[in-house]
Amino acid sequence: MNSTTLWLICRRLGAAVLTLFIVSMVVFAITAVLPGDAAQQSLGQFATPEQVAALRLKMGLDQPGVLRYLHWLMNLLSGDMGQSVSNAMPVIDLMAGRVPNTLMLAAATALVSVPVALMLGIGSAMGRGGRIDGFLSFFTLTMVAVPEFLVATLAVLIFAVNLGWLSALSYASDITSPWQFIRTYALPVMTLCCVIVAQMSRMTRAAVIDQLDSPYVEMARLKGVSKTRIVLRHALPNAIGPIANAIALSLSYLLGGVVIVETIFNYPGIASLMVDAVTNRDMALVQACTMLFCTAYLTLVLIADLCAILSNPRLRNQ
Amino acid sequence: MSNIIVKSPTTSKSALGKISHGSSWLGLVGAAMCVMWLLVAIFGPWLAPHPVGEVVSDNIFDSLSAAYPLGTDYLGRDMLSRIMVGARFTVGLALVAAVLASTLGTSCALLSVVSPKWLDELISRLMDAFISIPSKMLALIMVSAFGSSVTLLICTAVLSYAPGAFRIARSMAVNIEALEYVQVARTRGERRLYIACVEILPNILNPVLTDLGLRFGFIVLLLSGMSFLGLGVQPPDADLGSLVRENIGGLNQGAPAIVIPALAIGTLTIGVNLFIDRLSSRRSRRSGGH
Repeated sequence: MNSTTLWLICRRLGAAVLTLFIVSMVVFAITAVLPGDAAQQSLGQFATPEQVAALRLKMGLDQPGVLRYLHWLMNLLSGDMGQSVSNAMPVIDLMAGRVPNTLMLAAATALVSVPVALMLGIGSAMGRGGRIDGFLSFFTLTMVAVPEFLVATLAVLIFAVNLGWLSALSYASDITSPWQFIRTYALPVMTLCCVIVAQMSRMTRAAVIDQLDSPYVEMARLKGVSKTRIVLRHALPNAIGPIANAIALSLSYLLGGVVIVETIFNYPGIASLMVDAVTNRDMALVQACTMLFCTAYLTLVLIADLCAILSNPRLRNQ
Repeated sequence: MSNIIVKSPTTSKSALGKISHGSSWLGLVGAAMCVMWLLVAIFGPWLAPHPVGEVVSDNIFDSLSAAYPLGTDYLGRDMLSRIMVGARFTVGLALVAAVLASTLGTSCALLSVVSPKWLDELISRLMDAFISIPSKMLALIMVSAFGSSVTLLICTAVLSYAPGAFRIARSMAVNIEALEYVQVARTRGERRLYIACVEILPNILNPVLTDLGLRFGFIVLLLSGMSFLGLGVQPPDADLGSLVRENIGGLNQGAPAIVIPALAIGTLTIGVNLFIDRLSSRRSRRSGGH
């Protein structure tokens, strides 16, 4: 680690914090400033001006938007995310009950998808241009384009309805044995994996092929190193950075997929909580969930970028 | 400098389309699927055998039959008619949104390339902020704040996907802008608008159109996902995503009413991806790539 790399990393971290700050402004603007007068909305159109004025004062709407934003941000940073209107509970308590479930789902998906994607990606890079590569390339291109609910529907039809192996609905609460765990998580994880494995293996393949096209690999080939050894010993160590980048970026697609998957499988996670909050227009809950998802997304993209910086030998050996 | 090293999620997403070598018939199949859905979207509502909201059968979740080729839905309405009408929403909305997003993104890119540095920086930072909100999250907060409507869905899709179009168009425009003939035009005293539209735009138009196709696919997925959550196109109108949602009760019986609209969206987006993949791999071969 030298000063150039350190400086780049610090700059990237600074940019991430700044972006998160701007994102919070955008989220607050869309949810709290633009939609008009929340007091008027909650009282309905027949409220007297005095009632509206009183509620505005109570909700703090008489203050300018900037002050309200700063107040909201300070509360958010200190962990006070407000009160959920539709559940009459503090937002933080609602979320605390759901976050572990979603993390569990995400962890199970990552655990399955990363090894599978790496094998597929490296395998098709080794057999580039061959029949297996052609098939995998078609398969992954198709899976990238397929909506999550198509995969979910077909999976439920095949495994739950026709074969009867698994249950169509997930309840994360009543798990006592590993077998039950598999039965509960198999379908949601399978659905999430489809898209992510496709993304990840395509990027892995590109990263490995990028190395295989370089002169040092040609040198190794000319001196008679076997194909497996070229890929595993020569190309892979150099492709680790881009592959780590690909893994982090692909996992960030989890955040979109999990919204659909938790809804279709009735899974009690943070994304289904957010969809309910949007349906009920429970703004405090929507804001908190959005900030949580955006932070997670930015963190994954940040990790991807840091992998790219750290693995760049030109920066490392300067 | 760090811009070169740090890869953005969007550029690598669109780079996915380029690393492939599908044979040409797959591209043709993709093109055929796109054309078919375009025709269904244009003519479907006139050709539909039954009125879209009419309950025509006593059997709900009926299987495929001669009278109802794609079965019936949860109220006994004809699925074929509902899909033909729903396709217009899915294809039409996504097409409008994709064209708007690409136009907005490309215009901003051209503007920022020929503008003074501070304006370029300002536009780029703003676009970066919007790119950092996942499209589904942005759609969810927009719907929670303003309620769902067709206009809002289009605005949301444009807000989510214009920044990506901007990044790609800008990165290409910056390269073109550095070439001699643009410098010559500038020395000649041409106006900025002329340089942007006559010198730069024609040279980035092809990749921009390819990118528009990819964006169309993403927007179809986003909008039908929102409709699937019940937050997109609102009843009595229904796009293909709403059709999956409203027939979810038929899942236990394996009703065609839920499988077919989901498959319909799949064939549309797969068709677009195969076609675009073919186009971009042919271009990269022609320009000396692999």
